[in-house]
Amino acid sequence: MGPAERGSHPRFASMFTVPTADVVLQGIISGLLMGCIYALIAAGLSLIFGLMEIVNFAHGEFLMLGMYTAFWSYTLFGLDPLLSVPICGGVLFVLGVLTHKGIIRRILGAPMLAQIFATFGLGIFLRAMAQFLWTPDFRQVSEPLVQGPVRLFGVSVGLPQLVASLASLLAFGLLIWFIAKTETGAALEATAQDRQAASLMGINTERMFTLGWGISAACVGVAGAFLASFFYVFPYVGSLFALLAYVIVALGGFGSIPGSLVAGILIGLIEVLAGLFIAPAFKYVAVFGIYLIVVLIRPQGLFGKF
Amino acid sequence: MATPAGMAQQGAAPRGGLGLGGVVLVVLAVAALVFPAIFHLPYHRDLAIKILLYATLAQAWNILAGYCGQVSLGHAVFFGTGAYTSSALQMHFGVNPWIGLVAGAGIAVALSQAIGYPCFRLRGHYFAIATIAIGEIIHTLAINWEFIGGARGLTLPLKQDSLLTFQFHGTKFIYYYIALALTVCCFLVTWHIQRSRVGYYLRAIREDTDAAQSVGIPVARYKLIAMATSAAFVSIGGSFYAQYVLYMDPDSVFPLSLSIMVCLLAVVGGVGTLWGPLVGAALMIPLSEFTRIQFGGTGSGVDLIIYGALLTIIAVFQPTGLVGLVKRWRRR
Repeated sequence: MGPAERGSHPRFASMFTVPTADVVLQGIISGLLMGCIYALIAAGLSLIFGLMEIVNFAHGEFLMLGMYTAFWSYTLFGLDPLLSVPICGGVLFVLGVLTHKGIIRRILGAPMLAQIFATFGLGIFLRAMAQFLWTPDFRQVSEPLVQGPVRLFGVSVGLPQLVASLASLLAFGLLIWFIAKTETGAALEATAQDRQAASLMGINTERMFTLGWGISAACVGVAGAFLASFFYVFPYVGSLFALLAYVIVALGGFGSIPGSLVAGILIGLIEVLAGLFIAPAFKYVAVFGIYLIVVLIRPQGLFGKF
Repeated sequence: MATPAGMAQQGAAPRGGLGLGGVVLVVLAVAALVFPAIFHLPYHRDLAIKILLYATLAQAWNILAGYCGQVSLGHAVFFGTGAYTSSALQMHFGVNPWIGLVAGAGIAVALSQAIGYPCFRLRGHYFAIATIAIGEIIHTLAINWEFIGGARGLTLPLKQDSLLTFQFHGTKFIYYYIALALTVCCFLVTWHIQRSRVGYYLRAIREDTDAAQSVGIPVARYKLIAMATSAAFVSIGGSFYAQYVLYMDPDSVFPLSLSIMVCLLAVVGGVGTLWGPLVGAALMIPLSEFTRIQFGGTGSGVDLIIYGALLTIIAVFQPTGLVGLVKRWRRR
């Protein structure tokens, strides 16, 4: 069968469906909720980039480890993911600090290729290690503390999703408060703006970098705990979220933390709406496509400074 | 940020015919040529073909990333383009696979320019992330495009053994020689690039794009040239793969993991060096096969544990890869 005889492809023709208003509202709300979690994941990535112009290509694997930490806390100690948030945050904070001390510190002045592949290799290593240790099985927290649907603006929303995104927003707010209002946060911000001037002002930039990595990893640790209460946990789970996080950070502007909130919610909405209006299979095509368009028109992203 | 010193030292041209280098080259060439005469097991031949194929892909990636400094994490796009173009043309229009191979390379080059033209405005990490995004878009589109079999993929019909049909069932070693020819061709082109003006331009762009621009190097054009060369070889590799395996689906020829594998081999072997990709493929592909036999199944991913760790260690301590390590050791 030759393709010439078909004017328009039947598959593509039937692809566009018009959903009802209820479904759209439902979609918008779930997109908003998911977007808040994306934003928290992306904030960590953005923080590091703003601080030292390094993209952590193992960010998704950090998230995966956060989710596993929550899962194992639940399985071994019966601790609900929402209660294991401090544990996940703490474990990942340590991992972030170790990553900086062991790897990042040594490649600060290195060429870009080395910077990309140092964290890239770490990501592959962590993912494969997780698969080796914990098998590729999909795991789930069977009896989370909060479960079931709840009515919100006339549509039903999963309670775990609602709690997770509100908590993510809270964590996000905490991060912004920390950077804007505390002295350490100011030092962090100063280091991000001008490393040399900051060190002349008596800021220990090396400590700031270490702290930055700790906080960045803690962000995904916390996000991982929230996600684990309603999402499957498996070794490759990080890849999907990390891809979205890169897109969000680039869209919001590398280094801009408020930018990652706006972009995170935007991506959450685009994802859901593209799934509704085009086809579920194409939702990531839409997400990546819009990202490409924005970045090509405005390479610095929506809120980027350069 | 500190001025990026070259990740790889400029790949020194082999000291033509001189001493050890020349001898090694001759031994390698002879070993490569007589390999099928010594190893008769299909397993060994398959392994050798895989090494050659991956060395070609890694070398092609190396032209763009290693020499020109543009890190693409979406090279599977060109591999899939090659595999699907030759196969779809053959199945739907009865086009000879060799012509399909050339057509695939043509389409891949056109695609590379369409991707490169806008994306080369993005620098460094931004470019790398954009290539991931494009790779994922095209992967998804391929899964949903019925003309090329959608998620089911394409199975090529079995044909009579002949050079014309590009199928050799009774005499598989011919695949080996085709792969060898492809690898040699790719290496010769890289060698030529490395020694020519183009190579110097590319390295200048990698070291400092702004400085390169300011001394009058047409940066955009040379990035596109590197991308086109790279895409063409990867696409031909894809067409070869399709004819060798006779089956493909989007998850086997378009995945992000393939793009990553290709970079991995080049980086571990020595990015920006002529021999790096071959060294990487020759060490890592057998390692992959070995761990798969030892630990069974694809579930354990032990090879990836080693790859990942090696990649990080090399990026941190020995950015010029194993080839750089050998060079440093020899200089002592």
